[in-house]
Amino acid sequence: MTKTNFTRRGVMKTGAATGAGLAVPTLFTGAAWSDGHTGFTNAPGEGSVTLGFNVPQTGPYADEGADELRAFELAVEHLNGEGDGGMLSTFSSKTLDGTGILGRRVEYVTGDTQTKPDAARAAAKSMIEKDGAVMISGGSSSGVAVAVQALCQEAGIIFMAGLTHSNDTTGKDKKANGFRHFFNSYMSGAALAPILAAQYGADRKAYHLTADYNWGYTTEEAIRTSTEALGWETVAAVKTPLTQTDFSSYIAPVLSSGADVLVLNHYGGNMVNSLTNAVQFGLRAQQANGKQFEIVVPLYSELMARGAGANIGGILGSQNWDWKLENQLGARYSGTNAFVQSFGTKFGFPPSQAAHTCYVQTLLYADAVARAGSFNPCAVVEALEGFEFDGMGNGPTLYRADDHQCFKDVLVVRGKENPENEFDLVEIVEVTPVEQVTYAPDHPQFAGGALGTCNPGA
Amino acid sequence: MDAIILQTLNGLDKGSAYALIALGLTLIFGTLGVVNFAHGALFMIGAFCAVTLQKILTLSHTVIDETRTDFLGNPMKVDVPYIYEWFGESTGNAIIDWSVPLAIILAIPVMIVLGVVMERGLIKHFYKRPHADQILVTFGLAIVLQEIVKYFYGANPIPAPAPDALDGVFDFGAMLGFDANTITYPLWRLVYFLFSAVIICAVFAFLQFTTFGMVVRAGMADRETVGLLGINIDKRFTIMFGIAAAVAGLAGVMYAPINSPNYHMGMDFLVISFVVVVVGGMGSLPGAVLAGFVLGILEAFASMTVVTDFFPGINNIVIYLVAVLILLTRPRGLLGRKGVMED
Repeated sequence: MTKTNFTRRGVMKTGAATGAGLAVPTLFTGAAWSDGHTGFTNAPGEGSVTLGFNVPQTGPYADEGADELRAFELAVEHLNGEGDGGMLSTFSSKTLDGTGILGRRVEYVTGDTQTKPDAARAAAKSMIEKDGAVMISGGSSSGVAVAVQALCQEAGIIFMAGLTHSNDTTGKDKKANGFRHFFNSYMSGAALAPILAAQYGADRKAYHLTADYNWGYTTEEAIRTSTEALGWETVAAVKTPLTQTDFSSYIAPVLSSGADVLVLNHYGGNMVNSLTNAVQFGLRAQQANGKQFEIVVPLYSELMARGAGANIGGILGSQNWDWKLENQLGARYSGTNAFVQSFGTKFGFPPSQAAHTCYVQTLLYADAVARAGSFNPCAVVEALEGFEFDGMGNGPTLYRADDHQCFKDVLVVRGKENPENEFDLVEIVEVTPVEQVTYAPDHPQFAGGALGTCNPGA
Repeated sequence: MDAIILQTLNGLDKGSAYALIALGLTLIFGTLGVVNFAHGALFMIGAFCAVTLQKILTLSHTVIDETRTDFLGNPMKVDVPYIYEWFGESTGNAIIDWSVPLAIILAIPVMIVLGVVMERGLIKHFYKRPHADQILVTFGLAIVLQEIVKYFYGANPIPAPAPDALDGVFDFGAMLGFDANTITYPLWRLVYFLFSAVIICAVFAFLQFTTFGMVVRAGMADRETVGLLGINIDKRFTIMFGIAAAVAGLAGVMYAPINSPNYHMGMDFLVISFVVVVVGGMGSLPGAVLAGFVLGILEAFASMTVVTDFFPGINNIVIYLVAVLILLTRPRGLLGRKGVMED
């Protein structure tokens, strides 16, 4: 005989809970939207639209996250017609006029990624389901970007990635609802290799220390492929645990390996520590194979440069954008000064590349909605695919339809030997033209996965 | 051969930090019976003593330089450290350059006071509670301390370089008869090793050769009897907590140039330090020191490519693997007292 626990009260509770659960999707579909589109997630009402900014507010990348949030705040101000308008005046598309997005005032909610994919997904999910966010943006890690991008694809939300550099974000893990403005590992390799060959010679032996996770692998592969194509030899590539703090045991064997260049495929705290340790071990003062020993860091940010202190001096790397770009290289990079002026006036210091990409992504989303005349994710995807624009600080830029990756010039930078202040830690060595960093959509480093089709949700 | 010498040096260097933190942990466990998960945070606060002194020494007032412009095109605001005005630029720079060693003077009283306040204000209320409660409350305290530091200093690492005079490398190769520059090792890391050795010896000498130390050792062996003799052992144990905090803090101060301090650096050392304590033998001070150096050396050798090629991933687990093996074969640890953890 089976014992059952049904009671009248229990059935009513269960029924109420089930009803509430079934009603959740109507939060996404039940609203009235004036633009005539129905059947997509979190369609905004008449008065306002909510964007979700998912950044690391705690954890080791909290400072980078704080800078991203400042940029988002500024973008929202400009979209709502407040402040000096920033890049709205330089952006080649002229649909945004400071009246919000499609006449709706822009509001925003924030989430904390903690730079952990699970936490980032939970924060994004909360912003989508509880706050009705129609777009998610931000982040400082490829692991987070890939995880949140997949969530947004399932939920029918547009994801405008923040700082994510792994090839996989727009490679094997690309999604139709996701768009990346930031550059990637391949582009770093393509931009850096010719400069490395020009500055250090084509006959070099490289030793790679690589963070043992997805971004490390793609960056090592990109730098190896690009430098080997120009004549460099890779003598060793050693994986280092992501949790490693003291890299002395990994750096000690470098000199006796026959290498004359150390490539640190590390980011964040890993990079600050490994570079500091490498300089402590005197690598930069050594001669190897009759040449000056050199250290290369394929990707570093202003904050990381600050953390590394004087050790970053003379180190070559690549960046997506720099606040000095327009002043030093002219009007091709228009928009840079407008953004720096807005950001600097409001916050008292120049913006980071993470702030720039987040600001631009917000404006690009708003513009795509305005051009499409709809918040429907599929309409937004259509508006962004193949979109060519200018005046956003990077020169002429394309959002390629095949993989939703932005193609634009890439900066090769060098740490300043004697910086004047804590915001002037890198100097621009060269800007690599977009043609040189463009690759075919089916390039082997981006193999696997499929963009799929847009998901409007609901 | 050169690789073996270098990895041995690396191991001794890593082991120095492990040994100093584990020594403090063992002092606290041996005297008060408390499992202190906030000990890593004390190491971190020590490192931030160096950062704080650096900031104090570079306190500045702003002057406007009309000849230059800032990033917004306004006249440049230039920070001029007060220390330049008091001592002149070259002397001021020399003092700033030595801020990390000078921070030892700041760290000792700060850490002792912090340790005593922690013990009297919070930890004493958990003496009679289960170890699980002690772990939870001290772990919570560690998170609170971390967040306080993050609030004031941010999440980004802050460089605290070694003095220029100690920033180069020492040529072991030339000293040992190899070719010059074949075995070089950072000077500051050698300083760190020597500093650790001095601190460890000082702690042992303090416990061994002073009346205070004798009473503490007696209290560790039989707290009740010492109390019955009319000695206020609780007061002495509180002071030992302060000393243990100071040891962790000094380890942190001198570690600051090795890796730029950040708010979560203590957590990076905490788990390994507990493994060191367990491997050395719970409550055994010589065991903590020995295990610190042994595990440091093992970790250094395990990260050599010749080893990882044979055992991929061994560098991630070697310390825990050794801990498991030792605990299976000798549950009381390397130098633990007979009977402890062997029930």
